[in-house]
Amino acid sequence: MALRTLFSKKAFTTASGFRPIAAGDRCFLRQARGLTVAALPDLAYDYGALEPAISGEIMRLHHQKHHQAYVTNYNNALEQLETAMAKGDASAVVRLQSAIKFNGGGHINHSIFWKNLKPVNEGGGEPPHSTLGWAIDTDFCSLEALVQKMNAEGAALQGSGWVWLALDKGSKKLSVETTANQDPLVSKGANLVPLLGIDVWEHAYYLQYKNVRPDYLKNIWKVINWKYASEVFDEETA
Amino acid sequence: MAMALPLAYASSVVNPFEAGRLSFSTKATKHKKHIYQFRKVTKVLAYYGLANPPYKLDALEPYMSRRTLELHWGNIHRGYVDSLNKQLANSPLYGCTMEELIKTTFNNGNPLPEYNNAAEVWNHDFFWESMQPNGGRLPWGGVLDQIEKDFGSFSNFRDEFVHSAMMLFGSGWVWLVLKTNERRLSIVRTSNAVCPLVWGDIPIISLDMWEHAYYLDYKDDVSKYVNNFMDHLISWHSATARMVRAEAFVNLGEPKIPVA
Repeated sequence: MALRTLFSKKAFTTASGFRPIAAGDRCFLRQARGLTVAALPDLAYDYGALEPAISGEIMRLHHQKHHQAYVTNYNNALEQLETAMAKGDASAVVRLQSAIKFNGGGHINHSIFWKNLKPVNEGGGEPPHSTLGWAIDTDFCSLEALVQKMNAEGAALQGSGWVWLALDKGSKKLSVETTANQDPLVSKGANLVPLLGIDVWEHAYYLQYKNVRPDYLKNIWKVINWKYASEVFDEETA
Repeated sequence: MAMALPLAYASSVVNPFEAGRLSFSTKATKHKKHIYQFRKVTKVLAYYGLANPPYKLDALEPYMSRRTLELHWGNIHRGYVDSLNKQLANSPLYGCTMEELIKTTFNNGNPLPEYNNAAEVWNHDFFWESMQPNGGRLPWGGVLDQIEKDFGSFSNFRDEFVHSAMMLFGSGWVWLVLKTNERRLSIVRTSNAVCPLVWGDIPIISLDMWEHAYYLDYKDDVSKYVNNFMDHLISWHSATARMVRAEAFVNLGEPKIPVA
């Protein structure tokens, strides 16, 4: 796993999956501007490590095809936006907004999603303790109630979208939110910080669970990385 | 063309002297009940049925596999029908035709809970009939003429249709519709369950762009799915029949006034 990162061209990425242009990049943006390019973040585990909750085939396609497509299209849209802004072409700028929102949102959401998952033998599925655990008990009565609520909202979501465990930065309260398509959580509230996100697009589960989304939602909790959620929670409530 | 017709409906056509076999209670006949002395009072409900696609489930191979159809029609489409029937059992909306139900529940953009199920049932019926084994290639006659008139050429139309499908963000459908007000063919993209019927337009062909429609066969290769649909699956026979029916509602050409 470590070797893969060493030899990977995209080895150096910041937490949010962005990195500055390096001289040797096979770069399709003008280097002179110093523009930041989005890059596909690496997973911290092998594709097959989340079995049997999520199959290796799904993880591979999800990461290498879907997320990569979002990254590529996001970069293309940004490039076109830059050109449009330079020319002062306002209608082109506005026209590009939906592509940026969709592909950029897809990149943001999936980058969080990979960190929300962890193999069972590395602590995936272990329930949260201390601060986040108490906050969940306060805001939802119990962890089971939270899981049930997220599963219900995820199953009821029409079409494609995400279901989130969100923290309101202002009130420090937890809540369950859903967003449509690839809208990031902030589109539901500027103060909302995502602790956990579950992708309920069909590509996230169809090959394995077919149309039975409730089964996927039931099983994904076995590989949820509560440690990451706790870290984000502690950071925001510090 | 709504295949999902109510299978049974309460009406005053039933012979009241056959009361033992079938009895019903509606507002209109409550006083009749008193006159004709029905012994049983049971509520007759209209149920929408799951119509079969007009071909066997493996007939669209290799462009759409039998497994996809088994799941898409057998589980997903059937699920929508069952959910709709459950919702309508206790709803004042019971008794409409499918098109009426869709337009009413769409509620001008603020859809009621039954909308999603009703529209998806109709959409999927329409979709199965928009495809056929050995389909694809070119339309002919009036449909081809109208396409060439409204898009310039068939290949322009094909490119625009494919492009529209590729540009759909999220789940949805791509439609070739006949716009009633503009009196021309047009390509329309809708999200989730939205159906052009709600705007009064007449759909001619549809393509399901929800991931469950192609994921098992094509994984993430959407372009291959859409191109296969255009080249091998699209049913121009259905499109022609639908255009013929549509022309009863939309005046497409200038009337031919004979010069004496």
